[in-house]
Amino acid sequence: MLRFVIRRILLMVPVLFGLSVLLFLWVRALPGDPARALLGEKATPESIASVNAQYGFDKPLLQQYLIYTSRLLRGDFGNSPRTGEPVLGTFIQRFPATVELGVAALIFAVVVGIPLGYLAAKRAGGWLDSFAVGTSLAGVVIPVFVLAYLLKVVFAVGLHGPLHVLAFLPSSGRQSARIDATHITNFYVLDGLLTREWDASWDAVVHLILPAIALGSIPLAIIVRMTRASVIDVLNEDYVRTANSKGLAPGLITRRHVLRNALLPVVTVIGLQTGALLAGAVLTESVFAINGIGSYLFTAISNLDFAVLQGFILFIALIYAVVNLLVDLSYGVIDPRLRTR
Amino acid sequence: MSDQTIAAGERAVTRSRTRPEANRDENLLEVEDLSVSFVRRGAQPVRAVDGVSFVVRPGQIVGIVGESGSGKSVTSLAVMGLLPQRGVVASGQIRYRGQDLLTLGAKKLSDLRGREIAMVFQDPMSSLNPVIPIGTQVTEVLLRHFDVSRGEARAEAEHLLRRVGIPDPGRRLKEYPHQLSGGMRQRALIAIALACKPALLICDEPTTALDVTIQAQVLELLKELVNDLDTAMVMITHDLGVVAGLCDFVNVMYAGRVVESAPRHELFAHPRHRYTEGLLASMPRLDHPRTEPLRPIRGTPRDIVSWTKACAFAPRCDHADEACMSPDLELVLDGPGEHRMRCVHPAPLASDVADDD
Repeated sequence: MLRFVIRRILLMVPVLFGLSVLLFLWVRALPGDPARALLGEKATPESIASVNAQYGFDKPLLQQYLIYTSRLLRGDFGNSPRTGEPVLGTFIQRFPATVELGVAALIFAVVVGIPLGYLAAKRAGGWLDSFAVGTSLAGVVIPVFVLAYLLKVVFAVGLHGPLHVLAFLPSSGRQSARIDATHITNFYVLDGLLTREWDASWDAVVHLILPAIALGSIPLAIIVRMTRASVIDVLNEDYVRTANSKGLAPGLITRRHVLRNALLPVVTVIGLQTGALLAGAVLTESVFAINGIGSYLFTAISNLDFAVLQGFILFIALIYAVVNLLVDLSYGVIDPRLRTR
Repeated sequence: MSDQTIAAGERAVTRSRTRPEANRDENLLEVEDLSVSFVRRGAQPVRAVDGVSFVVRPGQIVGIVGESGSGKSVTSLAVMGLLPQRGVVASGQIRYRGQDLLTLGAKKLSDLRGREIAMVFQDPMSSLNPVIPIGTQVTEVLLRHFDVSRGEARAEAEHLLRRVGIPDPGRRLKEYPHQLSGGMRQRALIAIALACKPALLICDEPTTALDVTIQAQVLELLKELVNDLDTAMVMITHDLGVVAGLCDFVNVMYAGRVVESAPRHELFAHPRHRYTEGLLASMPRLDHPRTEPLRPIRGTPRDIVSWTKACAFAPRCDHADEACMSPDLELVLDGPGEHRMRCVHPAPLASDVADDD
């Protein structure tokens, strides 16, 4: 088991190295001149040259790469030329907001998706099944930012006329301004619990509802369909028939014999959804004005902020790799056949 | 686990055994005119079981013999109430101690299932849940039907595994199905089926998936266990060898109907239906020269005509003629011990299959 984990962690090294090369080249292949983006339209050629010299953009590509890598290895991700803030520091400061959003979205997707997928499978071909499949298709098809704006307009800003009553949720931010909460970890919900400021915690949860639904729509759709297909397979398994032949209660058969087996492929999919969640967070955070890494990345892309792009994307890749490692390890917990002896 | 705890578990289980004492003369199970059809939208319904009747007396071992597609497995699933819930139409009666199982409510049926009527399935590889320890799979049936604690159920489970010949049962309880061999898994399934000491055990080809050497062991075990527990057994098989060593009474099925039924010795000594005769003749025999080719029944089970038009076996029968083309042939009483058969040109009584070469 330990050897498996160590091997998987070592395997992440070449992946991250390859990614750093790709990122380096990709960022430099982007159209637009970073110095011009930094200085604005009216910059003189001299000031552009001086900025290029300051950040080393005038050096040959290979040399730039070597400087970049040697700094990376020392844990120096550089500063944003626009704000002057260190990339690593900003990331750490903004990361909790994104994690909170991602976890909330995933909880929404799992809590709604697995029961919905299960019920669809039990009534395969019925109206509930068609509804679940239809909804999940819509979830995949509708872009995250469209859904985000729709939710915001209906449930936060408010429609004209009687439907205005639906607008009972906050439209942006992570917490109401009136709440003067103490922040220890920067996970606002957690902070409220730690400091026993319950209303602060609750306020943070309320602020998470709309963004979580918007962001959770993609994993929700996939979880519904995976669960449905998987449950249909398992319901036809011989061991479910054996469980029925014992006269067990339907609830016990569902929990112990059907769901445990059916959820194996679903867990894999949930791990793979981390990528989609982080990508979706970029837009969701922008729409709901959440100060996470997504909205910061959005600004960085608009401003061609090389240092931030490189650093953030590398961190995101690392998170993705770690989450999928955890998913792989969780197989052993769910399926004894995969336990290494 | 000490012997004392095992004894305690056993006592608990024995105590909660409240079953009406078997009246020897009463039939335990009466299947009467059972028909099962599979209905699909836009397709002709398929009648898998077509008016099957048979009885099982307490403690009796009854064989149901037939090839794939003869309806024997569907019959067993119907008795267990495990037919798919949709797309199936079942008619007739399945009376267990006088109660019709086909009309019994789901809750009452599940009270009987595992407790009164249990089943051992064909494929031990897929019939155990792969992600749950063997122990839980044994104890859950005890906990469902008896008022016992987890500890008592566990002790009883260990006792059961030992009883079915699984070595080191305490360790095996914690293991998962993939850690057991096929034979061991089938033993575990037998332990599960017999955990509540049911009055009726249905075995659907319990040895088909096993090695030949293991087959004999498992059959011997089943025979011994049902004898000890005084459990009646319905043995579903395509293997006449299994029937010969085990069953008191045999029903031969073809194309969804019983074509011949007789006590075991009577059937082997005087097979009357041409299909039974063909089955017996096609068995490889040790007392025949090895060079002698096997004598199969020609054709395949797909060469079937509807019983409503003629004898379904006629297309594969060497003795078929115009007379076989009459619709809905009767299952007629034909010999001692309730020997019945459904054939216009039955095998002559004088020519015993074993002697005719």
